[in-house]
Amino acid sequence: MVDDRRFERTTIEFLALPSAPPELRLQGHLKFDEAARLWESTRKRVALVEKGETIHFDLSRVESVDGGTMALLVHLRNELKFRGVRSEFIGATGRVKELVHLYHGDEAPVRQAVRRPRGTFDQIGEATLATVRELREVLGFFGAMLLGVVGLLREPKTANWKEVPYLMEKTGADAVPIVLLINFLVGFVMAFQGAVQLKQFGANIFVADLVGLSVTRELGPLMTGIIVCGRSGAAFAAEIGTMKVSEEIDALRTMGFGPYRYLVMPRTLALILVLPLLTLLADLVGIAGGLLVGLLSLDLTIASYLHETQKAVRTWDVFSGVLKSVVFALAIGLISCQQGFATSGGAEGVGRRTTSSVVTILFSLILIDALFTLFFYFFGL
Amino acid sequence: MNEAIITVTDLTMGFDEVTLFERLSFEVARGEVFTILGGSGCGKSTLLRCIIGLETPRGGDISIAGIGRPNLDAGRPPFGVMFQSGALFGSMTVSENVAVALKQWTDLTHDAVEAVVLAKLRLVGLEGAASKFPSEISGGMKKRAAIARALALEPELIFLDEPSAGLDPVSAVELDDLIISMNRAFGLTVVIVTHELESIFKIATRCIMLDKIEKGIIASGSPKRLRDESLDPRVHSFFNRLPRTS
Repeated sequence: MVDDRRFERTTIEFLALPSAPPELRLQGHLKFDEAARLWESTRKRVALVEKGETIHFDLSRVESVDGGTMALLVHLRNELKFRGVRSEFIGATGRVKELVHLYHGDEAPVRQAVRRPRGTFDQIGEATLATVRELREVLGFFGAMLLGVVGLLREPKTANWKEVPYLMEKTGADAVPIVLLINFLVGFVMAFQGAVQLKQFGANIFVADLVGLSVTRELGPLMTGIIVCGRSGAAFAAEIGTMKVSEEIDALRTMGFGPYRYLVMPRTLALILVLPLLTLLADLVGIAGGLLVGLLSLDLTIASYLHETQKAVRTWDVFSGVLKSVVFALAIGLISCQQGFATSGGAEGVGRRTTSSVVTILFSLILIDALFTLFFYFFGL
Repeated sequence: MNEAIITVTDLTMGFDEVTLFERLSFEVARGEVFTILGGSGCGKSTLLRCIIGLETPRGGDISIAGIGRPNLDAGRPPFGVMFQSGALFGSMTVSENVAVALKQWTDLTHDAVEAVVLAKLRLVGLEGAASKFPSEISGGMKKRAAIARALALEPELIFLDEPSAGLDPVSAVELDDLIISMNRAFGLTVVIVTHELESIFKIATRCIMLDKIEKGIIASGSPKRLRDESLDPRVHSFFNRLPRTS
């Protein structure tokens, strides 16, 4: 049987002679641009070869072949081998021979590792191990932090205190506009939602109670924490993560600077100092947002609204929100820095850890808030 | 050979199930330019990180300047390190990078710190780049700035990880010249991880060669001796990649 298929400057002949092994004779310039057509037609022809037979790929008339085409030919030999068909490249000379050697076409075909999708149990196992590893890293971080605090008490000079004012400006002063805007809108929206209900009972004035209590006890600290998490938590994780992957943390360590004292403590301290102040501002503008609704749609006066707020909101309500904000600050500082220190793997790793930092902090803030609320409820605070 | 400034005894290190090297022992003499050679993945940089205390080895002992294994949390280390990327602090200028250790570990006044920083930058040829940020200078300048930073506290020992990697030939030669002059002028002991052959022949007084398969040292001695006398085919092929000019 003789089959002939002509492509531009390329010929493939399949010779099946009774006295010799079948032969695939390639001729001309084998180019990768034509490889798709060559590949299909060649595979169809070699599919005719039976198990236990031998086929020769005659390259003696090949004038040139490129790497991609040679890779496909070598792959074809592998396929044949695992169908039980022996094969060999014959007749290659000059640069074609060099290319055959370069692509290991003159060696016995090897079984290609088949990439199989991971099974469910593999994935569960890997996820479990990753969680354990992460937990160990987190515990290690907090252990090192504790040692850092102890070291700091012994040698206060070793912390990077000079950076604290700069960090306070970055995390606090620069966040004031967005904190004011968001919390004003929160107070405003809450008052509107409350007004619709309270109007039905003629209890317009109690909008002040609703807004005052929810802003000072819950929404002020929580919304401020969320804003600071998005601004500063993400920035800390990305900054420390970048320092980690560019060996700057290692450089700090080899200069005798404990990175926990030098990087984590100033950041956490700056947050602990500014978050309560931002929370107090948030309380004020949240109440102002409610006041605006009271004036515009509930026919209340400034004096009556503020008087009612003063009656409803105790000092403890404001203080409990501020207390929460201190714990929030601690969580944002420690989690973002821990995620930064856990970064590996270049730019992609920095992005992954920054995202992870924001998600973990948000979850922690909500959890801490819930725990505080439960605690205050059970102790009647 | 002078007295040893670094003594490594039976050092074993690896990650997870992979062992990089086992029971590695060698000494570095005071005043040497000592290079750690080997192919990719044989553990050269990990060995360096173990010696300077950034990695905890699985076993063995390291002693630097007679004070045992360095504890980086215990204060001012007795050496300087230049990392492969330079690892300059991106938020600080070049001069601030050099000044940071001086401010932390000395009681020098601001003016004195400035004077020392300028002298160090002049030493490495970077006096004109003092107020530039790392992102504004070239790769070769970053490495020289990193050397100035490593030298800030006048250590008697300095570690350089792949100093010529990624540099153009002219910058690489300049860096080699700088290392030689520091070694000669201050008697500085220099430990270098590299596989730049030209650089090795120019600056190294002694070297060890690690091998991934052997998980240890397969050769040690002066570069010329290893090139001319080693019968090990791996050492031979490594050292004979360049035409003999020296």
